[in-house]
Amino acid sequence: MEDIEAIVVLQDPVRRQLYEYVAAQDHDVSRNEAAEGAGIGRTLAAFHLDKLVDAGLLDTESRRLTGRSGPGAGRPAKLYRRSGAEHHVSVPARDYRTAADLLAEVADGARLDVELRAAAAREGRAVRDAAGPIEDLDTMRAVLSARGYEPRVDGAVLRLVNCPFHVLSERHPALICGMNLALLEGLVEDTEGVRVRMDPRPGMCCVAVEASKDNDN
Amino acid sequence: MAGHHLAQLNVGTLRHPLEDPRMHGFTSMLDTLNEVADRAPGFVWRLVCDGGNDATAIRTPLGAEVIVNMSVWESRESLWDYVYRSGHLDVLRRRAEWFELPKTAFQVLWWIPARHAPTVEEAVERLQLLRTHGPSPSAFGFRDMYTAADAGFDAAATTKVQTTG
Repeated sequence: MEDIEAIVVLQDPVRRQLYEYVAAQDHDVSRNEAAEGAGIGRTLAAFHLDKLVDAGLLDTESRRLTGRSGPGAGRPAKLYRRSGAEHHVSVPARDYRTAADLLAEVADGARLDVELRAAAAREGRAVRDAAGPIEDLDTMRAVLSARGYEPRVDGAVLRLVNCPFHVLSERHPALICGMNLALLEGLVEDTEGVRVRMDPRPGMCCVAVEASKDNDN
Repeated sequence: MAGHHLAQLNVGTLRHPLEDPRMHGFTSMLDTLNEVADRAPGFVWRLVCDGGNDATAIRTPLGAEVIVNMSVWESRESLWDYVYRSGHLDVLRRRAEWFELPKTAFQVLWWIPARHAPTVEEAVERLQLLRTHGPSPSAFGFRDMYTAADAGFDAAATTKVQTTG
């Protein structure tokens, strides 16, 4: 399926709601849960979930939720999670990814880490100036959501479920993750109540956000 | 138990002697990083010098300013998650402060039989192989990975481990 066809599948508001619900969860989602999450019936949810799978937007697998197996264990449940596949559409056609990868390869080879981090911090400050003041974790969360990080509250910490630079960060992790941290540091530079730090975990963005310890008021 | 493991060597040319205060950011993190590695899923073994907890005292024909780091892992994923998805990444992003710009490959990966402890000599040979001939099943990097089967390890054993693991 072409990227544009996959994206068109999300035009249906019910499907989009289901997709966003599944994508926002930290676990694989059953049909029942997805139906409840989107506030629709189970049969309708099943239909649209499978459309999303056909479009390559969700992945699915069958698993027994009870942990039992053999006769009497019941039918395995179908579980859904967001697909790792990326879909881009640009009209007219543009290819910034190839350019970005070539630039990153050269910057990585020349160890332009410090220069890139300085540029990223400037970008972070510009984003902050455009977004308005970031005063606390809630405003930070809204800004990060708008930039695609998909922040998720984990106790007193915001974890970023999506890396907006995913492909580049897999190919040039030291360079790109350092750039990402510097960008987010620039974003919160004047914010006393929020700090960012590197806390990489498998499958997530490398940065975690937390309330600053010296400003617990 | 898999019949093969992934060995890695990486080398770095020090910008300053290890005792230099400018290296403190690196040297002060060594014990923590090694502890994270020792506890990481899929970690098998790492090189330490006699009586030490790390390999920073070991020198090779690569030069007096070149320090080496060498370890063995169950899979590419376990090594990747340690190098790039743990506290190790924060040190890696500051590499330019402590190490010279490498002019050639500074990391090599290769498959070994399980229970084989690779020697530094063997590791340096693999690095030289990569530097001279480019990536091959005998010496490669993360971005040009070869499987254990490519390197002549029993593919049937690999399949079996993956399906039961």
